[in-house]
Amino acid sequence: MGIRKPDHPDGTTDLGPGSGEAGSGPGPRGRRREPAVFAEELVYRFGQNEAVAGVDLEIAPGEIFGFLGPNGAGKTTTIRMLATLLRPHSGTARVFDHDVVRESDAVRARVSLTGQFASVDEDLTGFENLVLVARLLGYSRKGAKRRAGELLGAFGLSEAARRLARTYSGGMRRRLDIAASIVVTPDLLFLDEPTTGLDPGSRNQVWDIVRSMSAGGATVLLTTQYLDEADRLADRIAVIDEGRVIAEGTPGELKDSVGSGVLRIRLRKPEARSEARRVLSRELGVAVETPAEPVALLARVSDAERVPEALAELPRAGIAVSDFSLGQPSLDEVFLALTGHPAEQQTDKEEEAV
Amino acid sequence: MNDPAGAARTTVAEDALRSALSSGERPERPNALSASLTFGWRALLKIKHVPEQLFDAVFNPIIFTLMFTYLLGGAIAGSSGAYLQFLIPGILVQTVLLITAYTGINLNTDFDKGVADRFRSLPIWRPSVIVGALLGDMARYTLASAIVLALGLVLGFRPDGVAGVLLSVALLVVFAFSVSWIWTALGLLLRTPTSVQWVSVLIMFVLTFVSNVFVDPKTMPAWLETAVGYNPVTHLVSAVRDLMAGTVPVEHIAWLLVGCAVLVAVFAPITMRLNRIKG
Repeated sequence: MGIRKPDHPDGTTDLGPGSGEAGSGPGPRGRRREPAVFAEELVYRFGQNEAVAGVDLEIAPGEIFGFLGPNGAGKTTTIRMLATLLRPHSGTARVFDHDVVRESDAVRARVSLTGQFASVDEDLTGFENLVLVARLLGYSRKGAKRRAGELLGAFGLSEAARRLARTYSGGMRRRLDIAASIVVTPDLLFLDEPTTGLDPGSRNQVWDIVRSMSAGGATVLLTTQYLDEADRLADRIAVIDEGRVIAEGTPGELKDSVGSGVLRIRLRKPEARSEARRVLSRELGVAVETPAEPVALLARVSDAERVPEALAELPRAGIAVSDFSLGQPSLDEVFLALTGHPAEQQTDKEEEAV
Repeated sequence: MNDPAGAARTTVAEDALRSALSSGERPERPNALSASLTFGWRALLKIKHVPEQLFDAVFNPIIFTLMFTYLLGGAIAGSSGAYLQFLIPGILVQTVLLITAYTGINLNTDFDKGVADRFRSLPIWRPSVIVGALLGDMARYTLASAIVLALGLVLGFRPDGVAGVLLSVALLVVFAFSVSWIWTALGLLLRTPTSVQWVSVLIMFVLTFVSNVFVDPKTMPAWLETAVGYNPVTHLVSAVRDLMAGTVPVEHIAWLLVGCAVLVAVFAPITMRLNRIKG
């Protein structure tokens, strides 16, 4: 159980503690079952640019695995290789023990893909889209219609069934796309940025769908640039940046790797900040950061025991505190600590058109 | 979720979802023919939902027939009535060949929009999406032929007998099918639907103008007449004219069928190869 510690020559953060502890890992990871995904040193280039520069992965069956990284990190390209849509330039990948290049048909029989841009036919109705996929998966004419109706009902699209998909909202289109992915329940579902551009209601629906899939035993690999999404959904997360996995583990392990906790303090008056900073860094023995908000202070504490005493020092120095909290760092902070740049940073390296 | 009504909704949705997920049916995967026919059905649905793709079949013959018949017809053939008899078979061929370009454009659009990702991640015979689209396109070509002929009849075109017309359309559809393999190759090779459109329309305009669609090649300079003689479109137009006039031009037809075989023999394998390595 727990996280894998692959041999990364490229300086992957080792998320040491917890690996040996029983129960620290999620999900049922039977010892003799083949991994859902096993990849070694996957590389894909667009011209000179290595979009994927040696990715290693191992995903257990039944897991919800999150790929977290900014635009252009190589998430989509990796997923497309695993879904047999791109051939890796080097390295190997196996899905349920089938090679994605040599046994691509066997892989396709067990996976489904919901792409970043909804892979539905806009010129067809929602119903026709699902009948089309069902027919292609071998359903009889009648069976395909029944299955399409069933799925439209389950995804709340019954009323829009006879409308062309081009008239659908982003959320409806995404649901139709996911419905098309589970006409025959896949063993492994790839979701490429399933909630990008969706309103909060639609996003919650997509999350529910993912959880239900997982509860039903399917493995889910999703990419996201939203840290809270990975945090809420994923059993394990690989942080990917510039084509490499730079850290991997459960959300909790990732947070632990940055420090045991983060102390956030907000003062009554901004004038007191520099004095408060001095007091705190003396008492805590660590550097205290000054976030953008003028009354806020932030410290990564390695020893939580010292926090109460340090806090008590502030009133003694005549500094009024309006509120404070001690908690795990957010994944935003994790990303910043791991990569040196924030997660939401936009880069346009990855060429999606191929 | 703090709002209880919302929670209840979610539970209902989740129940429906669970049951949809647990249906667990895994039918036998379809064979190559059945998958191709399903994609053919998709092409027919697109004609129904996006009839705009037949606009060309309506406007191209109207514009060219009116312009050439009434503006230039007198000068070319002595009278506009005589010219119409000469021109309509040519316009029929030109119109149908121009709309073959949509085959490549549609294929490229599938990749552009992402729906190709869906099809290519399914465990089916990969070329079925292309073969199916071509089968569906044959319906489109037949429909376009009917539109052009109806317009011709309204303007005063009078073919000699139904059999000749039907044979002409059959020959034209077979030729259009063969030409379409060029566009499937281009559709896979080029990056955007717009570039596919430009290249294919350009090629088709050259092939249909440097032919006997509008004028008798005997009026052309010798070198051009020779070039026109090698153009398969010329043979197709001659064959259609003869068939509609009630004769059976065996030589033209034989020439054409060989041409079709060559087109398919060259461009179908190229298309298949491009389709296999694409992405």
